[in-house]
Amino acid sequence: MNAEAAVFYVLAAITVGSAAVVVLARSLIYSAFALLFTFVGVAGLYLLLGADFLAATQLLIYVGGILVLLLFGVMLTHKLYDLDLRSEVTQFLPGVIVSIGLFAVLALTAWRTDWAGGDGRAPAATTREIGQLFMGRYLLPFEAASILLLVALMGAAMIVRRKRSA
Amino acid sequence: MPSAAPSASYLTSHSAILAFLLVVVGFVAVNLVLWKIIRPSRFSEEKLTTYECGENPTGSAWIQFNIRFYVFALLFIIFDVEAVFLLPWAVVFREIGPLAFLEGLVFIAILAIALAYVWRKGDLEWVRTEDRQV
Amino acid sequence: MSPDRIVQSALLLSLALFVVGVVGVFLRRNVITVFMCVELMLNAVNLSFVAFSRALGTLDAQVLVFFVLTVAAAEAAVGLAIIIAIHRHRDTLDLDAFNLMKW
Repeated sequence: MNAEAAVFYVLAAITVGSAAVVVLARSLIYSAFALLFTFVGVAGLYLLLGADFLAATQLLIYVGGILVLLLFGVMLTHKLYDLDLRSEVTQFLPGVIVSIGLFAVLALTAWRTDWAGGDGRAPAATTREIGQLFMGRYLLPFEAASILLLVALMGAAMIVRRKRSA
Repeated sequence: MPSAAPSASYLTSHSAILAFLLVVVGFVAVNLVLWKIIRPSRFSEEKLTTYECGENPTGSAWIQFNIRFYVFALLFIIFDVEAVFLLPWAVVFREIGPLAFLEGLVFIAILAIALAYVWRKGDLEWVRTEDRQV
Repeated sequence: MSPDRIVQSALLLSLALFVVGVVGVFLRRNVITVFMCVELMLNAVNLSFVAFSRALGTLDAQVLVFFVLTVAAAEAAVGLAIIIAIHRHRDTLDLDAFNLMKW
């Protein structure tokens, strides 16, 4: 087993293990911090698979942005001194049955399929090529993304704004 | 089968991150264990209170936060994503030409509208003007 | 690990991550936990995109991941704003309590 495989298995264990904690933890704060490890693990896997710029992006957007927003959401909706952070586990049996079935079908597909098709590409620095794709083939989605962000900000700011108390 | 093996330079240049990570985790772990072993442990009620520059703390630190914080987090995440989109653009726009520069400016201009919107609506002020009038 | 094995292993890992997210959506009734599980599923899909990018040798899949990230950020912003607004009116985060538009 070489170093690459060892790093892969460690990252895989961190990612799936902390994802399980996200689902099973009794406290919302524990779930949120476990989610941090999942995001970092996925960023490491991106790096291992040759997407170096994407790994940095994952850290910036998910860990730096979405997770912080999520923690704000937890703190804004819970009075933490009540310790009313628990959430119940329900529908245990049907949930587990459906999930195992889903996993079996998808795993069989992924394992049986021959994923050959392209030339393959040795992992290398990707930032320049991604920039060229943004300015070329994906120009319209690039500009549309900014409009999406504009609309999201306007909508969220409007929803969260407190009505003037009479 | 396709997909060439990663080039040696790619793996070595990024293995520095792994080295840093190991050093950081190792440093914290070693220090925590070392302290646990050698420190004397004498607990008292006083030591467990929050340190507030000598003031006696009143109430709990676990309060519900002001909704105002959320708007700033919101602004942060939107411009966070904008920054990520601008990075690859900044790498290539010089070699593609003035048109690419213009495309990036359009992107920035659209998000400047977002900033203007929250500014005009008074979401950036801690105490909003209309609240003050009420 | 040979290059093909790593693509296949990454795909299986992304499947596992996705199914963990599905389990969470089934089992938990707290809307913020369910939201976190949706983020898990988005991450799983992104991971499979990156694995395909490695297998096919093009960067188009990685560009697609950028747009998924953008949508995820917008979704987090608006979704949590809605959660906060609902919490303000209903004072609960139980998904089963949000039944106004159900019949």
